[in-house]
This record gives sequence, structure tokens and C-alpha cells, in this order.
Amino acid sequence: MTKTITEINEKIKKGDVVVVTAEEIINIVEEKGVEAAAQEIDVVTTGTFGPMCSSGMYINIGHAKPRIKLGGGTAYLNEVPAYCGFAAVDIYLGCTSLPEDDPRNRVYPGKFEYGGGHVIEEFVAGKDIKLTATAYGTDCYPRKKLETWINIKDVNEAVLFNPRNVYQNYNVAVNLSNKLIYTYMGTLKPGLGNANYCSAGQLSPLLNDPLYKTIGIGTKIFLGGGVGYVAWQGTQHNPTTKRKDNDTPCVPAGTLAVIGDLKQMKPEWLRGTSFQGYGTTLTVGVGIPIPILNEEILRHTAVKDKDIYASIVDYSETYPQVKPGVLGEVSYEQLKSGKIVVQGKEVPTASLSSYAKAVEIAENLKDWIKQGRFLLTEPVASLPGPESGLTFKLLKERPIE
Amino acid sequence: MISKRIVLKFPHRLVDQPIVCNLAKYFDLEFNILKAYIIPKEEGLLILGLSGEEENYNKGINYLKKLGVIVQSLSQGIIRNSTRCTHCGVCITVCPTGALVLDTHTRKVHFYENKCIACELCLPACPLRAMEVHF
Repeated sequence: MTKTITEINEKIKKGDVVVVTAEEIINIVEEKGVEAAAQEIDVVTTGTFGPMCSSGMYINIGHAKPRIKLGGGTAYLNEVPAYCGFAAVDIYLGCTSLPEDDPRNRVYPGKFEYGGGHVIEEFVAGKDIKLTATAYGTDCYPRKKLETWINIKDVNEAVLFNPRNVYQNYNVAVNLSNKLIYTYMGTLKPGLGNANYCSAGQLSPLLNDPLYKTIGIGTKIFLGGGVGYVAWQGTQHNPTTKRKDNDTPCVPAGTLAVIGDLKQMKPEWLRGTSFQGYGTTLTVGVGIPIPILNEEILRHTAVKDKDIYASIVDYSETYPQVKPGVLGEVSYEQLKSGKIVVQGKEVPTASLSSYAKAVEIAENLKDWIKQGRFLLTEPVASLPGPESGLTFKLLKERPIE
Repeated sequence: MISKRIVLKFPHRLVDQPIVCNLAKYFDLEFNILKAYIIPKEEGLLILGLSGEEENYNKGINYLKKLGVIVQSLSQGIIRNSTRCTHCGVCITVCPTGALVLDTHTRKVHFYENKCIACELCLPACPLRAMEVHF
């Protein structure tokens, strides 16, 4: 049995496409078997809603009168510094950017109440944002200062462009030390006091297409409540990691760079987020449709929490000092039960990624496809897979004489 | 029997007077102090678990109110902002009393206000800042 994306799109247009979520497909395959399910189901939708630090937006604010060239100057959005190293009025704001007067961790642990992620959420919500900028002035761009309110509806372009999102699996973070630590995986209590994980597991996009057979460059996706596309493999894309028999990796592996029109997105799916003692970020909602082109693709989408494993990593010493060694592997079924056993100790678990919201994203995307509002795209190029030999490198430091 | 968790706000003029012990002395009420501090303008803030016979409880509360103490239920004080909560569940291992619980079936977080002791540990632990204090 094989189908093409063109055939599936014809069914979407006619309104007789069969779409289910990556959670629903599990029971369907158990009841009907892979062969029958692959015949019947056209698309499986996935979803994830978690903090993703390599996220940001670029905007073109429009030319001021007289003109100002922000390139080489400075720009702040609600006091949060944006990057200006582009043409005159293009700026980029990353979600981890912080106001210069934020005390950061000088008062430990820092609160990180407001940063780039929060500006993005407010901008998408339609709130006015204060832009303050300076420039050096040129003959063609004479102005040196700018202070104005800007609004998403008035800027020329507002684009969400995230160099690394949708991690294919992630570590389970624990703390083996005897002091409380504050990490990007949340607050970790001493002596294995808790274990935090961050993946939607069986609903997570890249765990449902573990070998990137359908998700590629150009794949159309749900991004922040609007429509986006996969732009490239994400930074740190690491397809050659150890995998289980079902092809899912048991350590962080593939990633995606994604892009989309911020003007269509919604603040409930792009949320400014604060990690005490760590910094700010953006919680991003992403949903990816997987066309069921053949039985192998379907089998991958039917993966269950109990068959996806994550590695337990100590964030007090092993992670910060880049030491080898994991404390074991646990399945998402175990993680979701509320406790796991690490070094013989029962440890309570908590998630940073919202499974309930991941379900909502997969359901939303399912509705869009069923209503004929969302057609699938054929990838223009594949992502590097396990056969690519691509690996994730550490920095090789070379002393500067 | 009635047992409630309440927030008491003492105006400046009452801060140096022994009041809470009178709840036990005259109204036969049991109290358990969960939190006490002085807030700006020298107002005292006290969070109590208070229990006893219903009639005595009501009399005790009236006594406090007559003195000018502002009495508020604790559940009005610690609030989960439902539009900010994403139900990720990272708070559940931080909450020491099991007031924040993840329903393993719906994967949604429940906030049991009657179990909350206003320790406020969940406030900075919530990445979305969904937990709020309104004292």
C-alpha cells in the first residue's frame, strides 16, 4: 500500500480525508493492524508545547521620516535588546534576550520575569511595544535617535524564525548534589529530589517520524497557532544517536528550524516563559502532520509512551562539566506515572512540556485538515538522517596567543 | 466542627496586641499558624488554620472583624491564573502539600485550594507565572 501527498491533498479538498492524532492512531493500529490502518488513515497529526530557547522574531519596522539606519546601532523593544546587524529597519529579537538593567543572577536565583519571549507574546497579542533605537547617522540615513510605539498590525513584516525547535526527545534532569539547583529543566531538588522531563512522547512530532521520512525542508506545520514551515534542520541536529528497535532515539537527536508569519499566530501558543535562576525563553506550540504514505510511516506514528525511552542525566555535575555517563533510561510511560527509580531511589517526576496542550495542537491541526483549510506539502529536500553521518560536536577551544 | 484556612490582616494599631490567643481562650478554637509577617505600612499578615465548633468559629471571626482585622479565605489569596497555566505540571513536585496535582488521565493540573498552605514555592517555580498571590 502506498499513497502520495497529491492523492491525500485531493482527499482533503474533497472533504473525505481521514485524519487522526498520534494518540488516537495507537488504538486504531492495535485494533485493526498496520495494514488496514495504513489503508484507512491518510494523515496523523502530532503536537508539542514546550519551552524552546532558540526562538525569536524578525520585524521590519518601516522607514522613519527622516530615515534612520539601525544596522550598526542599537534597538530595544520594551527595554529588551534586539539585534540590529541587518539592513536599515530590520531587527531580530531572541526570546532569551534580557533588559540591560535586569539583575540576572547577581541576586541568586534571578527571577527573570521579563525578556524577549515575553515581548514576543505581547507583540503577537497586539499590544503596543516601545521601540527605542540609536544610530550613528549617515548621509542617506541622517537620524540618530528613535523612540516610538510599534504594533504588529503596522510593521511591514513580523516573522517568527526559530533556529532550533521541536527536539526529538530530551534528557530527564536530576540533581545528585546536596544543594538546590536552578536549571533550564526547572528547579532540581538535592539528592534526587525530583526528575524533570520535556517531551510530548508519543505525540511529539519527530518521535512519530523518527527517521525523517516525511518531515523535511518545506513541510507545512502548525506554528504558534498559525501556519509555518520547516526551514532547515535545527541547530545541533544530531541524527546519528543511539536508537531503539522502533527507530526512536533515547537521547536528544533531531531538531528543526521553523519559520512562519507571526501576524497570523496567537499569544496562547507563544508564551513568554521564566526559569528561576536560569533566564527567559518562549514556550512554542508546534504541530506537524504526517502523511501516511506507506505502512512503515504508519508503524512509526503508532509508537507508544512505553516504547520511547529518555536518558536520565545529572544536572549538578555531569551536564555542566560535560562528563560522560547517564544514570539510566526510562520510558515515557514510567515518567508519566509520576515516579521513576534512579539509583534505587523512588523519584517524583514532572514535565516542562504540556501534554494537554500538545493534544490540543494535534486536535486543532486535525480540524484544519478535515475542514480543508490546510493542505500538506511535499518536502523540497530531506533532513539529514542517520545515514548522513552528521554528528553533534563540542567546541574545540584553541588558545589565543 | 468547622475547619478553615484564613488570611488575617491586622491594621497598624493592632499589631502589638495579643489577639490570636484569645481565639483559643474565649472561643475554644484551635489555631495553626502557617505564615506570619509584617508587610509595608506595618500591617500584620497572618495565615491560620482555624477549627472548632461552628458557633464558636463564627463568634471568633466576628470578634476579629469587630476589632478591625480583615478576614479573607486563603483560597481567595493564592490563585491559579487559568489563562496562563498550560498544565505542564512542573509545579507538582515543588508543592509540599499535594495541593497541585497532575491528573494522570486528563494530563491537567488540579489546584486543591483546601490543601494549600500559602508557602508560595510554586510562584517562582511556575515558568508561565500562573500562580498568583492576592493578599
